[in-house]
Amino acid sequence: MLAGILFALGVVGLLVRRNLVFVLMSVEIMLNAAGLAFVSAGARWAQADGQVMFIFILSMAASEVAVGLALVLQLYREKQSLDLDSVDEMKG
Amino acid sequence: MNVIAFYIAAVIAIVATVLVITLKNAVHALLYLAVSLIAVAVIFYDLGAPFIAGLEVIVYAGSIIVLFIFVVMMLNLGKRATASEAALLKPAMWIGPVALAAILIGEMAYLLEHGAMGVPAASVVTPRAVGIALYGPYVIGVELSSMLLMAALVGAYHLGWHKQPKLEIQDVSREYGTGTDAGRDSIRTGSGRPAGAA
Repeated sequence: MLAGILFALGVVGLLVRRNLVFVLMSVEIMLNAAGLAFVSAGARWAQADGQVMFIFILSMAASEVAVGLALVLQLYREKQSLDLDSVDEMKG
Repeated sequence: MNVIAFYIAAVIAIVATVLVITLKNAVHALLYLAVSLIAVAVIFYDLGAPFIAGLEVIVYAGSIIVLFIFVVMMLNLGKRATASEAALLKPAMWIGPVALAAILIGEMAYLLEHGAMGVPAASVVTPRAVGIALYGPYVIGVELSSMLLMAALVGAYHLGWHKQPKLEIQDVSREYGTGTDAGRDSIRTGSGRPAGAA
């Protein structure tokens, strides 16, 4: 339930915000919600699989954030603008 | 599992997440994102996963938030940086995250005092069991995640590296240019004397 609400908030943030940093933060929220769902399911049946899956999600989120923020820096250097909304115009 | 603590942490997580996606300033949103992640960590501890709660605090609220803050600070150079810094120093911006984090700290202390005995032993999945499962049936996943982390490391290094060497080369060429200019002067004086003498 809580994981669903957090995931929905992440989706809403992803759709509403046009700032690239906020989009990445929303992706983080969604990944965190998915991890919360795994861990709560693992705690419900007292299995370690949920936590193992959360560790995988954690590593994936870390790598995704590293690459995503490097892309943000690269786009910012290309556009040379303080406003990140100008980046989204490129997607058409 | 303490139900009241779970619901308090859940409400804090939802409120902080709503503030993350509604706030304008990126640094304030990052503060609330950290509060949200710590709230989820408290939920993990309440669910009987203390190892995952520690990992959540260390990796998410530690490294990922620090990475975001570095990027935001690098992007906001100039006038907006000073403006946002002046806004950061206002106490009104700190009250919200500090209050939510104080509630979480109190809840954590309460759980450490009382919740450890209240948690039934069957629902607590120890780090030992997690490690055995991680390196037993999920060892291929461990290898794949290590490959993913390596690819992310190389990719992030490449993406962050691409524009920087041009600046360094320009600086180096300028340094060499001034050096050759100085050398040319000395050469001119050196070659001018025999030219003038001849």
